[in-house]
Order: sequence, then C-alpha cells, then structure tokens
Amino acid sequence: MDYSQFLIMKQEIGLLIVFLLVFLYDTFASKKATGVLPAVTCCLFAIFTALGFIPCMGIENDAFEGMYQTSATVTAIKNILNVGMLIVMIQSIKWANSEFQAIRRGEFYELLLVTLFGMYLMISSRHFLLFVIGLETASLPLAAMVAFNKNRYESHEAAVKYILTACFSSAIFLFGLSLVYGLAGSLYYREIAMMVTGSGFGAMIIVALAFVIGGVGFKLSLVPFHLWTADVYQGAPTNVTSYLSVISKGAAAFAFLVILTQAFGTLYSKAWEWMLYGLIILTITVGNLFAIRQRNMKRFLAFSSISQAGYIMLGVIADNAMGTSALMYYILVYIFSNLAAFGVIGAIENNCDKGDMTDYNGLSKTNPRLAFTMMLAMFSLAGIPPFAGFFSKFFIFTSAINQGSTAIYVLVLIALINTIISLYYYLLVVKAMYINTDGECPVGTFKSACSERLAMWICVAGIIIIGLASPIYDYLLTIG
Amino acid sequence: MFSNILIYFVVIPLLMLAGVALSRNIKQIRAVAVVGSLALTTLSVYLLCSYLALRGNGEAMQFVEKWDWFKPLHIQLAVGVDGISVAMLILSSIILLTGSFASWKIEQPKAFFLWLILLSTGVFGFFISVDLFTMFMFYEVALIPMYLLIGVWGSGNKNYSAMKLTLMLMGGSAFLMLGLIGIYYHSAANPADYTWNILEIVKNGSISKGWQYFLFPMTFVGFGVLGAMFPFHTWSPDGHASAPTAVSMLHAGVLMKLGGYGCFRVAIYLMPEAAHDLAWIFLILTGISVVYGAFSACVQNDLKYINAYSSVSHCGLVLFAILMLNTTAMTGAIMQMLSHGLMTALFFALIGMIYGRTHTRDIRLMGGLMKIMPFLAVCYVIAGMASLGLPGLSGFVAEMTIFVGSFEHADWFHRAFTIVACSSIVTTAVYILRVVGKLLLGPVQDEHHLSLTDATWWERTSTVTLILCVAAIGCFPNFFADLIKFTFSPQIFSVLGMN
Repeated sequence: MDYSQFLIMKQEIGLLIVFLLVFLYDTFASKKATGVLPAVTCCLFAIFTALGFIPCMGIENDAFEGMYQTSATVTAIKNILNVGMLIVMIQSIKWANSEFQAIRRGEFYELLLVTLFGMYLMISSRHFLLFVIGLETASLPLAAMVAFNKNRYESHEAAVKYILTACFSSAIFLFGLSLVYGLAGSLYYREIAMMVTGSGFGAMIIVALAFVIGGVGFKLSLVPFHLWTADVYQGAPTNVTSYLSVISKGAAAFAFLVILTQAFGTLYSKAWEWMLYGLIILTITVGNLFAIRQRNMKRFLAFSSISQAGYIMLGVIADNAMGTSALMYYILVYIFSNLAAFGVIGAIENNCDKGDMTDYNGLSKTNPRLAFTMMLAMFSLAGIPPFAGFFSKFFIFTSAINQGSTAIYVLVLIALINTIISLYYYLLVVKAMYINTDGECPVGTFKSACSERLAMWICVAGIIIIGLASPIYDYLLTIG
Repeated sequence: MFSNILIYFVVIPLLMLAGVALSRNIKQIRAVAVVGSLALTTLSVYLLCSYLALRGNGEAMQFVEKWDWFKPLHIQLAVGVDGISVAMLILSSIILLTGSFASWKIEQPKAFFLWLILLSTGVFGFFISVDLFTMFMFYEVALIPMYLLIGVWGSGNKNYSAMKLTLMLMGGSAFLMLGLIGIYYHSAANPADYTWNILEIVKNGSISKGWQYFLFPMTFVGFGVLGAMFPFHTWSPDGHASAPTAVSMLHAGVLMKLGGYGCFRVAIYLMPEAAHDLAWIFLILTGISVVYGAFSACVQNDLKYINAYSSVSHCGLVLFAILMLNTTAMTGAIMQMLSHGLMTALFFALIGMIYGRTHTRDIRLMGGLMKIMPFLAVCYVIAGMASLGLPGLSGFVAEMTIFVGSFEHADWFHRAFTIVACSSIVTTAVYILRVVGKLLLGPVQDEHHLSLTDATWWERTSTVTLILCVAAIGCFPNFFADLIKFTFSPQIFSVLGMN
C-alpha cells in the first residue's frame, strides 16, 4: 500500500494534529494551566482554519482507490464548517470554564474535534463504508456532548433520545446500503452510479434509495424523521445545540447532496426528485407550523432549523452546479445567522438561566446590543435584505427554478409562502425584545463575557458582509 | 461609480444613517434628518433639471449605468431614471423632509429616525434601480422597518396592525420573488444572456406569451398588495391607523406608490401582451378598491381610518388607470400618484398634529376646531379640497386625466367601469365634507379643547411645503404631464398598439 496517500487527507491530518495537541495539553498540563485550555484550543483551531484557505488545499485528488476524494468544493465546505466550528468554540469558552463544566472542559473540546473529523469523512467519502465510519464517528461523541450537563435531567433525557435515534437511523441507513450492495455489487459511489444505469433494477433500487434517504433524513431532521430534534435541542447544553443545528446539519446536507448526485444521480427524475419534493414540502411546512407554537427559545430554534433544512434541500433538488453552490452558500449564511441567535441565547442562559420567549420581553432596554444581535439573526433567518439570509434564500430559489419544470415553480411558491409564515414567528422574537417593553424585563442588564461578545461580533459582521460582498458567492459558484 | 448622480440617492440616506447613529442628542438627530432630506430634495430638483435637458436624446432612460455585482447570476447594480422615476424621487424627498418636521418631538428619536431613514433608503433605491434584483432588494428594505416603526411608536391596536401589515406585504413580495425569478429565466433566448436588467429584458422581448400569462399576475399581485388592491387592501386601514404620523405620511405618501410604480415598471412594461389580455381581471378588482374604499371612508369615525380608506380608493384609482393601458390614463395614474402622495401626507401630518393636541381621533368627540386652531383647520380644508378634486389643486388634474383617458376606450366594459369609478368622486366629496363639517365647523364638543394652541413653526413648515406642492401640480399640470408623458415612448407600447 502506498502510504503517501495519507498526505492527500491534509485537512483530516491537520484536524487530528489539533486534536492530539489539545489532548496532550489536557492530559499533561498542570491544573492551573488547563484553565486556558479553551482559549488554546480556539487559537490552534483558528490557525488550522486559516491554513484551510491556502489555495493548494483545493487541488482535486483521490486516495485509497477513490474511497476518499478531495476537491475545491469539498475543501470549501470543510472551510465553511471550520469557520462555524470556530465560532462555536469561542462561544463555549465561558460555559466550559464555568463551575460545573470546568473539570471536563478538555473532554468537551476533544469530543467536538472528533465529531468534526467524522463529518470530514462523511463529506469526502466516495465509498459508503467510509461514509458510515464518518457518520458514526460524528454521531456517538455528539451523544456524549448532549449529555454534558450532568446536573440536568433534561440533558440526560436528550442524550438517550439522541443516541437511540442515531442508532435507529444508522440501522435504517445500513439496511438500505445492504440492499444497494446486493443490487450493485459495490459500495463505491461511481460504481453504484454505473450499475444503476446499466440495468433495470426496478422497484428494488427505489426501496433501497428510500432507506438511504430516510437514514440521512434523520441526521438532517427532515420531516417525518424530525421527532427527536426539539427535545434534543432543548435538553442539550446550548453550545452543543448550536453545534448540532449548524455544523452537524451543514455537513449532513452536503454529504447528502454528494450521495444523491454521485451515487444515485441517474435516478434523479425516476425516484429521488419526487421523494425530495415531498420531503421538502413537509419539512418546511411542518417545521414552520410547529415553530409558531413554541415558547422556549431553543425549541423554537429547533423547529426553525427543521424548516431551514427544507430550504437547504432546495439546493439538492436543483441538481445542478448552481444548486451545489447555493447550498454551500446557504449553509455558510445559516451558520452565521443561527450562531448569532444561539450566542445570545447562550449568553442569557449563562447569566441568568432564562430561555423562554417571554423572558426576552424588553431585552432591547436592558441589553440593547444583545437584542440588536438577536434581531439581525432573526431578520437574516427570515430572509430580510440587506442581511445575508436574503441573498442565500434568493439564490437557492433561483438555483431551484433553474431546473425548469413546472413542479419546481410550485415547490418554490410553497417555500416562498412558508417564508412568510416563518417571518411571523421570527418577528415574534423581535416583538418580545423591542415592542413588549412596557411590563417588567425578566433579564436584567448584564455584561456578557469577552469570548461571547467576540463570537457575536463575528456573527454580526458575517450577517452583514457575506450577503453584500459578492466575491464569496462568486467563488462558491466557480468551484460548484 | 460615484460619478453617477443617481447613486447619491442611496449614498445620502446611508450617510444620514451614520449621522443619526453617531448623534448624541435630539438636536443633532433633527439636524441630520433635516439637512439630509434637504440635500435629497435639492438633489432631486437638480436631477429634474438635468433630466429635462437630457431627455430628448432618444434613450428610454437617462443616467443609465450598471456595475456588476453577482456576476455569474448576471445581477448588477443598474440605475437609470425616466420622467416617472424622477417625479417619484421628488415626491419621496419632499415627504421625507416634511415627515422629519412632523416627527420633531418623537420619543426615542434615535431609533425612530434610524428606521425611518432605512425605510427611505429602500424607497430611493427602488426608484433608481432598473435591475430587478436590486429593485426587489430595496423594496424589501423599505418594508421591514414598518414593523418596528408601527410596533414601537404606533398607537391603538399596534401589535396586530404591525404584524398584519408586514405579513401581507411580505406575502405579496413572495409572489413577486417567484415572478421576478421567472422573468429572469425567460429574459433572453440564450442562457448566457439572461439578465435582470429591465431595459435589456424589454429589448430582448423573449418572454413568451404563455409565460407572460403566469408571470404577469404574479408580479402584478405582488406589487398590487402594496398598492392596496382589493382584496389585499386590508392591511392598509389598520396599518395607517396605528402608525405614527411620519410613518403614515411616508407609507401612504411614498410606499404605496412603490406598488403602483412596480406594477407599471415590471408587470406591464415587461409583459405588455399579458397585461393587455388580463387587464380586465385586475380592472374589476381595482374598480372595487376605488368604490369600496370611498364608501368605507364614509362610515368611519376615526380620522386616520377615514384617510386610510380614502387612500385605498385613490391608490386603487392609480392601478385602475395604469391598467387602462393608454397614454392619457397612464399619465393620469402617475399624476395621481404624485397628487395622492402629497395630499395624503398632508392629511396624515394634520391628523397627527390634531391628535397630538386633542388626544383623540374620533370625529364625534371633536368639533369647532376652526375656531381653536385656524391654521391647521384651513390646511385641512385645503387638503380635503385637493382630495375631492377642486380645480387648481392636484387632485382635479389627476382624476380628470384618468377618467378622460379611461373613457377613450370605445368598448362598453371599460366605459362602464370608468363610470362606476367616477362615482367615487361624489363619495369622496361626501366623506370629506362630513369631516370638515363635523370636525372643523360644528360646535366645540369638548371645552378642554378651547385651550389648545395652533401650529408650531415646524408644523407650519411641514404643512405649507406640502400645500405649495399640491398647488403647484394643480396650477402647472402641463409641466408634470409633459414630464411623465414623454416617458411612454413608442417602443414600449407598440405591442399594445397604444396611442
């Protein structure tokens, strides 16, 4: 075996190095020195993130006879996830240093890095075996992270729910895979694609595909595979929730796109266009309708993120280069918007442990900056210009319509009508903060920690700049 | 980029935003708002002069320029104006100016002016854009501040109204977005030439008739919601009634014009064939707006509701006239946009001033204001006269042109609807005179009102400016008609066989 192949996996190796450094530091540093572990991790990861933008990272190459592949697109999505990951890490510093968590802060960051490694594999794999390894590497540590708040009952409940769904969805996925293997005789994406065109497998391959989509659908919390989402989001520590809602979802969405286009691309019009069509409508609509009724901010964002996943899927159904780039752009924008919202929620929770929407009444008076950040996040999620969310929504709709069929016009119209429903509940948050200022303000004035403020500044800058600065989207489109 | 005069219509509001954000007290904020809007007014008058000098050169639009923005998607920052947009820019800057004066004593001035100026950035950006994407972006920028402006500074049932208004208008823009993306994908024969630029789309003329039948209603309804087209007008009365004075002024005066302007610029300009074939559906709807709005205004007791329904009726007339698809009626439509914008801003300013003194808007609880505050009362009468179409003021010119133009159609359908719409003039007289009689002339209902004072200097500035503009349109109609008419160049409407 040619061991130089490992060198192709530059980003994975870099991530492992960061992981090992953090691990060694955590193990061998004196008790006093571990106090700065979160900051050290952030710095290391920031360097790693910056290295990812070196152009030579994006050279197209594959290793292990095509099991693993890297290209400009793959590097770009990994970079996008890195940026999000970095923000999550910065956001978590205060929480990780808090009284209850301090003893395990090393573990938290290590687990974070391991899950990201799993997601890298999911994105880069061109063979289902590698994909499953990535999927499991990403899922299992996450369950531990969901249970991280040892003292809270909800955290444990959420973790149990998460791990059961993860196992269940893996089982479904693997069952689908076994059918695929039986039919195609290979687990390489390219060989499956060849076999599927070559012969008439009839209904069997469609059944297999349905299981595969169902399995990944759990990860992406597409309706009807979404039932775990709200409970897990609510129970998990806020930083883990924010990680789950953006990074985990973004990686799964991109991996899903790769699987559908590369392994099952030939079945587009025959099978998965219509499956996705139904899933998207259900996901967007159900996510939105349930979000309206939520009173807890984290549950509310859980349903909002379900519906956002539906919009992301519009980039998959477009089935063209424009769709791929619009999907990546959407994930990028979604990372910044959602993390801004979670940043505010986390800051308030760390300070006074409040998380209901009514607790946000009058926030604009007591904490004008937090309220402003939250408002920008809500506007961006709702797709209001001139914030980034508007551009990402517009582009993903444009790319979907590029596909051209009448059905897509109907789908986009349904999605657009849903943006109005979503606007309603996003405005409810704005209303609580800015309009319901007459009564008492449950959250008192406080100064959030430096790290939290830094993370929020990055998010706000991202929300404003990413949309207006066209080169970012242009770049994603050239490589898409 | 900065050599083009039009770009300053966005740059100045952005500078104003920065100025207000940096201001430390209310005086500085007022100064920024007044200086900025004066600069915008001067700029728009200067633009008018240079436009008049340039317009004979055979181009459909002047000061046309474009800069690439999202190049792979052919999205540009493209600007350009014709007579209609110049007229709208003047209107917007005047109303922003008078609106700033009308909110002289607003609470939380900083946040208020930030949102108000953001709103006007959207408005100005919309009127200078000729690129569908940027146009749509500015359109939405103009809509969302309304939510907070009404929600925070409004009165009455403000939560409900603000949410209803925002959701209905955004709902309209959902249809609009689909329509615009659809237009993009049919803007040229070859995918490499797809464009969002209105002028190029007209030149390419490649939207097939079948697609026009789909895209025309999408865009027309999308903009029509903002133009208060029946049955999508219900946001208007509630929204206007709850909004603070300056917001009502800007919203009724300018924002509703975005609807009419968009219907013309996008729906009809780009898809004339479908407009020709489908106009009858929307003529019925807008005809209902005109009559229904006028009748509803007759039975309201809240001053703002009266004026809001009257706006539904008058803005309905704008869309009604646009759909007549001939030069006379369309000129009338744009005149009506100008006239209604100024007149309704004047109304809302006066209502705000009266409400600020009496703390009620119910006409049954007020009376004899002519004795108590003669200046405001006289202004109110002038506004009322303009609204019911007294010659010498703007309303007469606009409505006259519209009805003459509409009657040019020889078929019974158009003529019958013109006659029905004409009846709104009578109804308008009924509700205007009812208010004037009860509010201004009758006996004083509440003796506390006797101690009230008349207008302050900033209120006088605001109202007198508006009255002068209303009178200017009324006295020099030819100038404005010429400005607008010149725009309907033959190349656009040759498809319709329009005269």
